[in-house]
Amino acid sequence: MAATLSTLAYLVAAVLFILALRGLSHPETSRRGNLFGMVGMAIAILATLLRPGMATGGIGLIVLALAIGGGIGAYIATRIQMTALPQLVAAFHSLVGMAAVFVAAAAFYAPESFGIGHAGDIHGGSLVEMSLGLAIGAITFSGSVIAFAKLQALMSGAPITFKGQHWLNLGLGILLLVLVVAFVASGSAALFWAIAILSFALGFLLIIPIGGADMPVVVSMLNSYSGWAAAGIGFTLGNLLLIVTGALVGASGAILSYIMCKGMNRSIINVLLGGFGTDTSAAGAVAGAGGDRGPVKAGSPEDAAYIMKNAAKIIVVPGYGMAVAQAQQVLREMGDLLKKEGAQVEYAIHPVAGRMPGHMNVLLAEANVPYDDVKELEEINPEFAEADVAYVIGANDVTNPAAKTDKASPIYGMPILDVERAKTVFFVKRGMSSGYAGVDNELFFRPNTMMLFGDAKKVTQEIVQALQK
Amino acid sequence: MNPTDLANQASAQAQRALELAQQARLLAEAHVAPVAAAADPFLFLLTIFLLACFVGYYVVWNVTPALHSPLMGVTNAISSVIVVGAILATGLGESLAAQVFGFFAAMLAAVNIFGGFIVTRRMLAMFQPKKRG
Repeated sequence: MAATLSTLAYLVAAVLFILALRGLSHPETSRRGNLFGMVGMAIAILATLLRPGMATGGIGLIVLALAIGGGIGAYIATRIQMTALPQLVAAFHSLVGMAAVFVAAAAFYAPESFGIGHAGDIHGGSLVEMSLGLAIGAITFSGSVIAFAKLQALMSGAPITFKGQHWLNLGLGILLLVLVVAFVASGSAALFWAIAILSFALGFLLIIPIGGADMPVVVSMLNSYSGWAAAGIGFTLGNLLLIVTGALVGASGAILSYIMCKGMNRSIINVLLGGFGTDTSAAGAVAGAGGDRGPVKAGSPEDAAYIMKNAAKIIVVPGYGMAVAQAQQVLREMGDLLKKEGAQVEYAIHPVAGRMPGHMNVLLAEANVPYDDVKELEEINPEFAEADVAYVIGANDVTNPAAKTDKASPIYGMPILDVERAKTVFFVKRGMSSGYAGVDNELFFRPNTMMLFGDAKKVTQEIVQALQK
Repeated sequence: MNPTDLANQASAQAQRALELAQQARLLAEAHVAPVAAAADPFLFLLTIFLLACFVGYYVVWNVTPALHSPLMGVTNAISSVIVVGAILATGLGESLAAQVFGFFAAMLAAVNIFGGFIVTRRMLAMFQPKKRG
C-alpha cells in the first residue's frame, strides 16, 4: 500500500477512534462506539501490514505476536470478574507503558525503519521525542504495576512513606532531565537504558505513597500517561495516528483525574504527594473518644426490612464495601422486592465511590439494575429530603457531614451525598471503624440512624429473606 | 562527420544539459525552500497534537459519568495503537534488536487491544434500559 494510502487509512482510524469516545455519551450509542473503535484498530493494523517494504518473514512474526497477545488478552477479558476491573485496567496500562518502551528501543536500534536517521546518528529532535516516549512509557509501566499490586492486595493498600521521599523524587526527576539532555547530545545506548531504568524507579516511587482509596485518581492518571507515552512515540516516528490517539487518551485520563480530585475536594498535587489518611487517624480517634455523643443504635435486618416495607422512597448508597462483599446481586433483589411493595428505589453514586471512575455503575449494571435508576451526586442530592430511607452499603466518608461543617476535618469541602436528610438512615458496616480518611462519621450517632452490623452481602440477604415473609 | 567529432559534440551537449539541470535545481530550491520551512514537520505534528487534545477534551466531557469505566477500557484499547510502531519495527527488519523489541511490543499491545475492547464490550452489554411494565 502506498504511503499516501496508508496515511489516509490512519486518518480514517483516527476519526473512528474519536467516534468511539463520542459513542460513550449515552449507553444506547456506546456499543456502536466500541465497534467503531475495533474497526479503527483493524484498519490501522492492516494498513501498516500492507505498507511497501514489509518482509514476508517480518509479517509472519507480527501475526504470531498478535495471535499470542490477542489470545492472552481475549482469555483474560472474557473471564475477569467485574469486581476485579480496577486491577485489570491497571495491568493493561502497564502493558501500554512497556510496549512504548519497546517501540522506543526498536526505533533507537533501527532508525532507518522510521526515517529518523541512521543507527548512531539519529536526528536530535527525534532523540528528544524518543526519550520523552521512553520515560513516560517506563513511568506508566512501573507505576501501573504498583497500582495493580495495591488493588489486587498483593501489597498493602496503605501509603508507604519515608523521610525525604519527596526530595528523593525531586532529585531523581532532575537527574532524569540531565540524562535526557546527555542522551540527546550523545545518542549513546547506555544513556538510553539509564533513562529507562531511572524512569522505572521513578514510577515505582511516585505511586507507593498513594493510599488504596486514592486509586481512582491514580488509575485515571496512569490512563492519561499511557496516552502521552503513545503520543511521544508518535512524534518520534512521525506517525499522525499515534499522535492523535495519544492526545485523545491523554486528555481523557486527565479529565477523569480532574473529576476524581474534584469529587474529593483535593488537588492533584495533594493526591500525588500521598500519605493521605495516615496521620489523621489518631486525631479522629481522640475526637471520637472525647466527643459528647448519643448512643449508637444498632438494629437487626428484620427491623430494617419492616421500616423499608413501609417506605415510599428508598435511596441506596453503594460504596467500595459493596464491591468487596460482592453484594450487588442481592442488593438488586432487595430493590426488586421493595419495588413490588410500591416503593421507588434509586441508587446514588458518589464520583469517587469504588476504586476506579464509574466502578459502582458497572457493578450495578452487572446486577441488572436499570441505568435510569442510578443517579449521580448532583442529580440525587435534592431527593434525599423526600426519601424515607437511605440505605448506605459499604460507603462512609462520602456521606460524612463533617465535610460541610468541620473545617479541621481532612475531608472538609468534599462534596457528599446528603443521606442525613432522609427520615431513616441505615449503615451496613462491619464495625464502628472510621473510613479511609480516618475520621469518625457523626451520622452513626444520630437518632435517625440505625447501624446494621455485619457483612454487606449477608445483611442484605437477611433483609431480602425478611421481606419475602 | 568522423566519430571523434560526434563524440565531442555529444559530450558538449551532455555538459550543457548538466548545467541546465543544475540551474533548474537551484531555481527549484529557491522556490521550494520557504514553503518547506513553513511546513516544518515538527510544527505540523505539534499542530495535529494540540488540535487532537482539544477534540479529546470536548468529546470526553460529553461522556456520561456512568460510563467512565468503559471509557477507561476503550482508551486503554486504542492507546495500544502503538502496535503500529511495533509492526514497522518488526516488518521492515532493519536490525535484529529492533525486530525482537518490535515483536514483544506487538505482543503486549495485542493483549491490550483484544483485552481492552472485549472487556469494554462486556461492560457495555450490561447497561440495560429500564424494562417496561
